[in-house]
Amino acid sequence: MSHKVIVPIGPYHPMQEEPEFFQLYVEGEKVVDIDIIIGYNHRGIEKLAESKHYDQIAFLVERICGICSSSHPYAYVLAVEDLFGGEANIVPERALYIRTIIDELQRIHSHLLWLGLAGHFIGYNTVWMWAWKYREPVLDMFEMVTGNRNNYAMFKIGGVRRDIKDEDIPELKKMLDNLAPSIKMFYGAINDDPVIKARLKIAGTLTKEQAIDWCVVGPTARASGVNIDIRRDEPYGAFLMNTIDWNVVLEKDGDIFAKTMVRILEMEDSINIINQALNKMPKGEIDANVKDVPPGEGIGRVEAPRGECIHYIKSDGTNRPVRHKIRAPSFMNVASDKVAAVGGTISDATLTLAAVDPCYCCTERVAVINKADNKKIMNGWDLVRLSQEKTNKIKEGWPNGRPE
Amino acid sequence: MTLLFNYLIFPGLLFSAVIGLLAGWFDRKLSARVQFRVGPPWHQNFTDIIKLLGKETIYPAQSKFTFLFSPYLGFLSAGLVATILGMNLRSSASGFNGDLIVVIYLMLIPAIAMILGASASRNPLASVGASRELKLILAYELPFVLSIVALIIKCGGSIQLGKILELQALGASNIASWSGALAFIVCFFCMQAKLGYPPFDIAEADQELMCGTLIEYSGLPLAVFKLTKAVMLYILPVFLIILFMGKDTSLLFMVLKYIGLLFFIVLVKNTNPRVRIDQALGFFWKVPTFMAVASVILALVGQ
Repeated sequence: MSHKVIVPIGPYHPMQEEPEFFQLYVEGEKVVDIDIIIGYNHRGIEKLAESKHYDQIAFLVERICGICSSSHPYAYVLAVEDLFGGEANIVPERALYIRTIIDELQRIHSHLLWLGLAGHFIGYNTVWMWAWKYREPVLDMFEMVTGNRNNYAMFKIGGVRRDIKDEDIPELKKMLDNLAPSIKMFYGAINDDPVIKARLKIAGTLTKEQAIDWCVVGPTARASGVNIDIRRDEPYGAFLMNTIDWNVVLEKDGDIFAKTMVRILEMEDSINIINQALNKMPKGEIDANVKDVPPGEGIGRVEAPRGECIHYIKSDGTNRPVRHKIRAPSFMNVASDKVAAVGGTISDATLTLAAVDPCYCCTERVAVINKADNKKIMNGWDLVRLSQEKTNKIKEGWPNGRPE
Repeated sequence: MTLLFNYLIFPGLLFSAVIGLLAGWFDRKLSARVQFRVGPPWHQNFTDIIKLLGKETIYPAQSKFTFLFSPYLGFLSAGLVATILGMNLRSSASGFNGDLIVVIYLMLIPAIAMILGASASRNPLASVGASRELKLILAYELPFVLSIVALIIKCGGSIQLGKILELQALGASNIASWSGALAFIVCFFCMQAKLGYPPFDIAEADQELMCGTLIEYSGLPLAVFKLTKAVMLYILPVFLIILFMGKDTSLLFMVLKYIGLLFFIVLVKNTNPRVRIDQALGFFWKVPTFMAVASVILALVGQ
């Protein structure tokens, strides 16, 4: 037996845009085990949310993740609206359609972003640049509808903040029509390229049983043949009305190629859904102007681009939640690397880690502090004080108070 | 004295490095245009090298000599190849018998130097990179040498670059025959791997190994490695031009052929993802090796 070598991926690595740490235990090129260490970027958002009032939290959770920046506020408002008896009970119909349009636009932009990154990870920078080029018009659409390219600030409890203007709709449709052929092009290019196929097929396979065992969600699960999609299973937004014709995309292989295909086909679906929603959107109010949040517990579930995003709210009737709990989809998906990446080569493992479209800023949890050896638990101010003390100590060593 | 001038300035180290860096800019600019980007200005590669010269050199305490020596080993041997090729282009009589064999050996040394340096750095990522580079050498050297054997047979057993050039100048370019064309295609694949360009940039693999073999290098040694890569980008296409397209070696035609070859290298680079090392090995031992064998047979029957 050869001895195991640890190949570190992280805490800072060009492959991952966020801090996280994967330790690959390798024998030669083969990965025999993997350690997943997260928690480098914890921001305490759940705790922070408990100190803000309901209207502010929508803006706060929007900033959990820059890519799913409509899924989190959507799941949050759904959770609060659950206290009023559900989204359908209070939100005007037009607002439901606008919410879905935003949510699906976000899916397109997120999947295009992932597609580009996936291209980058297999060393195919042309795909990277092209995918991101075609992502630009999607961001332009966001700017047109919401005024922002990211962090749309559209969701509020009981409705949306901005209406879609009638004169914008033809322009939006034109942009969507222009986008559709480029997504078809990606589909063709990836399906026809023998080198890409050789690289992505079989690599990082997650079987259906494993997918169910590890509770993966979203495209990762659907690529393994697990038929789940919150949009169908527990409809929200425009899906409540049953007026939109769409299908859940399913693949059965569970490898990286299947995950890519699911995402590309979902983009086509999303374009379809947005077009239908733009057509069927009724005139009317966009906001229900809710005032007091009743006491109780509410849950909001949204199919984010990466899978099911859950927000839980407990209210005691004041203007702040007593408890706000978030479970982002990557938290479930990242863990599945433990089975998907082991057994492959290093090249496959790095791809597999990226194939679940991990989003670490959604996933962060507090690190556990070992109480046994009497270590002090520090809060934010303690850390600031510690860092200031250290800076002062360093400064004392400098002549004239400046670095040499 | 002229020998030293030839080696250090023209057509050796300095000249080939400058041409290589310019070719590197051509590569970056063309890649950028393919990818809807603007691309860097022409002096970007020179600026990068100059910047690296001003940086601190960090080396592992246990293996200082090997670590710092290997970049120069690769660079100097690449420069020697540039000198031999350049002298042969200037006058075909200036070569010596067997310089083709010497060139083939010397062109391998930059890769060996990379492995040496990476192993000396004691970094796990570098060691993975070094093992990949080693496997890649095993993969591409066989078809590369075989296709050159085909060419030697084609040229009547001559192992002197000048003779091969003379033969082509009198008759037709080697690429115009069946065996020559096949051997050229094989050499093109091998060149892509020798340059470490996609789809065979497996040893460096930015996204997996963070530049693998080069990960621990900084400052001057890193600059020397970059220069070696630049020189390789000059000598490999020129080597192929001499062997396969040596009909007209006037300056204008040389430049045109060189840019044309460079264009194809960059296109292949930008339209392929990186393959896995086992796939690369399988590819080289299956497809190009058999093509090279076929080329040898064709050369033997005089095609």
